[in-house]
Amino acid sequence: MLLGDEAVAQAALDAGISGIYAYPGTPSTEIMEYVQRSRKAADENVFCQWSANEKTAMEAALGMSYTGKRSMVCMKHVGLNVAADAFMNSAITGINGGFIVTVADDPSMHSSQNEQDSRFYGKFAMIPILEPSNQQEIYDMVFYGFELSERYKVPVMMRFTTRLAHSRSAVKRGGSLKQKKLALPSDPKQFILLPAIARQRYKNLLSLQASLEKESENSRFNKLFDGPDKSTGFIACGLAYNYLREVVSENSLDNPILKITHYPLPLAMIKKISSECDRLIILEDGYPLVEEMLRGYPENDKRIMGRLDGTLPRDGELNPDHVAGAAGFDVKQGPVPPPVVKNRPPSLCKGCGHIDMFNALKEIIDEYGPGRVFSDIGCYTLGALPPFNAINSCVDMGASVTMAKGAADAGLHPSICVIGDSTFTHSGMTGLLDAVNDQSSVTIIIADNVTTGMTGGQKSSAAGRIENICNGIGVKSSHIRVINPLKKYHNENVALIKEEIDYRGVSVIIARRECIQAMKKKRK
Amino acid sequence: MYTGHEEKKKVDKNKYLLMKTDIIIAGVGGQGILSIAACIGMAALENSMHIKQSEVHGMSQRGGAVQSHLRISDREIFSDLIPLGKADLIISVEPMESLRYLPWIAKDGWVVSNTTPVKNIKDYPDTEEIIKSIKLLENHVIVDADKIAREIGSPIYSNMVVLGAAARFINLKHENIESGIRAIFARKGSEITARNLEAFNAGWQLSANIK
Repeated sequence: MLLGDEAVAQAALDAGISGIYAYPGTPSTEIMEYVQRSRKAADENVFCQWSANEKTAMEAALGMSYTGKRSMVCMKHVGLNVAADAFMNSAITGINGGFIVTVADDPSMHSSQNEQDSRFYGKFAMIPILEPSNQQEIYDMVFYGFELSERYKVPVMMRFTTRLAHSRSAVKRGGSLKQKKLALPSDPKQFILLPAIARQRYKNLLSLQASLEKESENSRFNKLFDGPDKSTGFIACGLAYNYLREVVSENSLDNPILKITHYPLPLAMIKKISSECDRLIILEDGYPLVEEMLRGYPENDKRIMGRLDGTLPRDGELNPDHVAGAAGFDVKQGPVPPPVVKNRPPSLCKGCGHIDMFNALKEIIDEYGPGRVFSDIGCYTLGALPPFNAINSCVDMGASVTMAKGAADAGLHPSICVIGDSTFTHSGMTGLLDAVNDQSSVTIIIADNVTTGMTGGQKSSAAGRIENICNGIGVKSSHIRVINPLKKYHNENVALIKEEIDYRGVSVIIARRECIQAMKKKRK
Repeated sequence: MYTGHEEKKKVDKNKYLLMKTDIIIAGVGGQGILSIAACIGMAALENSMHIKQSEVHGMSQRGGAVQSHLRISDREIFSDLIPLGKADLIISVEPMESLRYLPWIAKDGWVVSNTTPVKNIKDYPDTEEIIKSIKLLENHVIVDADKIAREIGSPIYSNMVVLGAAARFINLKHENIESGIRAIFARKGSEITARNLEAFNAGWQLSANIK
């Protein structure tokens, strides 16, 4: 019984990876965690440490591929934004050892700030995308993905969504391959993207496209099922195919179905179903990527139905009920919950240090006025909710530091930033350097819980060195202050923050208290 | 899907009765709903049944409403999510949470709920009102699982009491689920396993007169 995430991890181990790189992010975190717990990984010396961010992870994984070994990098969808530079260029350099980029998207934003669809990145980079429909397919596709990657010397993207990442099912394992031997690229210039070489490499990538499409056409993961009722044809991508099968198992549906789980799109299959059917319903768990392509512009083919014409909701995660509705079947839902049922949003844990930090900050806000606190991605984002209502922004990893800087440059005072320790080392350090260089008047609170808390307590790259890092970046030692966010120190903590707000320059206040969940885990 | 393979399945369908239970397990982050899912899942696995179990990880776990869709069947299961109106059973370790997922319950489905509330929100409603709403459902079982668990030794066993009270509505034998519980708690030692089994059986007795 494996989670979708765990199926990726087990398959990667069985397919002989030499290393896996990642930064934690829901819903992708459990891939690395599984490898770190695995005996096989330990016995066979598979590298499995968290990276500082997704970009460093992607580059390290590419470096491992350079040596001829199989490697994997894993992240959530927004992590691919961070790694996008390395990702796009890895398609141009190509790879040496098999290289899979695993991205877990989060439609409906269960734990994310947007629901972008990583297939656009795969298409943008012009590399093959595998989009499994169930846990077994995840497992099988990892093996296939490495072969594909090595056959064409390109990275392969494995894309799935929260529902599959966090659902368990029995998975049959398929053998165990040995790790590859160290073997440098045959062309020593392959990875040098100087314009003259890059142009050649890009032409090479373009010339592969026809073959990659042919692979999709003949792929065992794409399949056209015929059916006598040609009034409607279904094109079901990835997990949507699973939902469609659910609907088929409950109702009688005799329409042609095209299952797509391997991109680029298999053109001949699409032409066939499109020419045979009066209309097509496109099912995708994510953005309407295939739908938009088939609809065309400016033709706007009215025979194409899906998220863009209201047949399915425009946003949010797909589910079997949407698919049943789109296929014309009634959904007989149970009773509506009575009004006595209230929302229960997530909240900071009892005894969490962030609570005391926000209580101190609230007093500051009451004095200086609202709208001056820029924050970031982590448990402390919950400071946006009552009773704190303490933060005014959460955009992307590290943005709190730089947005506070920009606001300070514009004359806002105080301009306060609240960022976690792991987020700070992920993407906050470079912004701090900007602030130091420009002597921006910002008060940066690093909420240091000595772990990556939100995703379940992974190792934080800061690892007790935050003072040294800030000092090294150029923050004056006298303005690197450490506080203990506890109720009993409330008054002195408030006074200290005020002191630093009055300083017109860069101050860093480290509010350090270990995550109580991490402490509980240790005690166990 | 119209293929030869599917045709054969259609014939098979009439041959024997479908043995499946679609279960939504509900509660608040940290209440042990994944342990309930794991015990049932293990029991189903030992019975060579198909299983799919969807879980909540990440931000919502922090004191928020959490649920797990658990599907067991003797046929292949497709969707990881239970469709609306198709759940045979809602097992809830918290009373208000038992009502949140009613749109998923089937017409003849059962709701089994604990009575002890987790009041971690400001506008938590009157518990009496919640219990009243549960009692309005045709098929319901309400148990004071925390009280029974405390008698056994600790409120941490309340999840197994609720599982016990719900077990009659799962397409698995009593001894199968017991065996699942043993397998799941084995690594925690015989004492903890025994307490969990005791809690499960106390819950089982409570619903003896219902089905």
